[in-house]
Amino acid sequence: MPSLIAKRPAVKFFNPATDKWTQPFWDAAVQHRLVGASCAKCGAFRMPPTPFCPHCHSQLLNWVDLPGTGVVYSYSIVASAIMPGMDDCLPYVTAVIALDEAGDTRLISNVVDIPVDQVRVGLKVRVIWDDDWGGMTIPRFTAELR
Amino acid sequence: MTIRDKTAIVGLGATPYYKRGQSAPQTLDELVGKSILAALDDAGLGVGDVDGFAYFAGGFDTGMLMETLGIPEVRFSASLTGTGGGSAGAVGLAAAAIVSGMANVVVCVGANQQGAQRFGSITSRYDATPGNVFFSAAGLVGPGHMFALLARRHMHLYGTTRDHYADVAINIRNNALSNPNALMRKPLTREDYFKAPLLADPHCLYDFCLESDGAIAVIVTSAERARDLRQPPVRVLASAHGGARDWGRSIYWMNMPDEIFASSGHSAVARNLYAMAQVNPSDIDVAQIYDHFSSQVIMQLEDYGFCERGEGGPFVSSGATAFQGGQIPINTDGGQLSCGYVWGMTHVREAVEQIRGVAVNQVVGAELALVTGGPSNVPVSGLILGK
Repeated sequence: MPSLIAKRPAVKFFNPATDKWTQPFWDAAVQHRLVGASCAKCGAFRMPPTPFCPHCHSQLLNWVDLPGTGVVYSYSIVASAIMPGMDDCLPYVTAVIALDEAGDTRLISNVVDIPVDQVRVGLKVRVIWDDDWGGMTIPRFTAELR
Repeated sequence: MTIRDKTAIVGLGATPYYKRGQSAPQTLDELVGKSILAALDDAGLGVGDVDGFAYFAGGFDTGMLMETLGIPEVRFSASLTGTGGGSAGAVGLAAAAIVSGMANVVVCVGANQQGAQRFGSITSRYDATPGNVFFSAAGLVGPGHMFALLARRHMHLYGTTRDHYADVAINIRNNALSNPNALMRKPLTREDYFKAPLLADPHCLYDFCLESDGAIAVIVTSAERARDLRQPPVRVLASAHGGARDWGRSIYWMNMPDEIFASSGHSAVARNLYAMAQVNPSDIDVAQIYDHFSSQVIMQLEDYGFCERGEGGPFVSSGATAFQGGQIPINTDGGQLSCGYVWGMTHVREAVEQIRGVAVNQVVGAELALVTGGPSNVPVSGLILGK
């Protein structure tokens, strides 16, 4: 039996929220730019962005354009519903993505549009964008399989 | 100065454990009140003796409990922050109040009632915040879905397998079979395990704890006063809570350094706990390990030094944690995976019963019992009780 293709999670459980520290990330997402928050003083990346750099306590940030690539650090295949409204979305793959050129930071996201049995730790992935998903533009990741 | 040996648990009370929603039409306050009254009766104390409350996960409304139970005055009412991570640490909060003179008789109580909201999907109901968006957009609808990501990383780093997770679930189910209080009393086979739905691979249904209702209270007082009460005192050797910044928000953050990502986040608390109690892992006779997810039992066994990091899977599969013949029997009541889930308080209850020598699956000669609070965001917590 061919493996099922990884879908997207249910939008019905998602509600948008931003503040001044996270808004630039989501503004860039609308333009399909994956950006990372880098301390303007010491350069350390942090994800998600918070009000202080934990290393030097600077509040100044540079939003750096990232290449939009990374590797799967860990993942889970959600294959069964635990609440009504999930069934149409199965299976989907939750994943922690280690982002290239963003220090050691990772993004919590999904691997989509490839067979779920092809997802593995270390898989190289690239960002794709889901526009107008629950009122925001959401980064997800997929892979070129050979 | 520490709290070591200055206080004791002198009373224990519990409601029955109910499957999710089946405690209705009793209210949550009612369940809490029943457990407190039972604990006071067990201790030979009355409501007039209570002068403090120590909770976790936000606790309950002390004023309401006083109003309905007729408790005349309190001098201490505090809660650990976080969620189930504080269950073992609430006893330490009570001990701190007693040792510092802020209270004499402190109630620690935990309860849940899941008729309206299942804990299994609780993260999907969190208020939307700028921080939550980063995990809710990914469809991490419950804690088991989040911890699955740690479980997968542990498999990748150390070769842990689903067979190891199955052995945790089967080991703990075996202990529930003889416990009349347990909700799951049918044997769990490896075949059952591998046929179960994969809710969040590598976690299947049997890697998730039960969703149940119930309340458990314990009464803490000074070691001196404990000597004159109805029950043999259960000494509080140590209780610690907190955790490292590198663990921090843990499952809500997922940016923990690689060396602690695939862990339970308990290593700092374990170190502080053993130092306070002046004991080593090999001194512990029985351990009640917070089993919201089977994979996290393995990682706690590592963080508490019962085996090396990465060895937790083979350690459990070797039988080392079995009630019969294991070097460190765990979750002897059937745990949260098979007995009942009361946000970690079942583990406090079982440790008290083991030290009293009255547990259903009694570890012969048990003198020291470890209890852990739920691996979650900081604070996590631990407790060591003794005869």
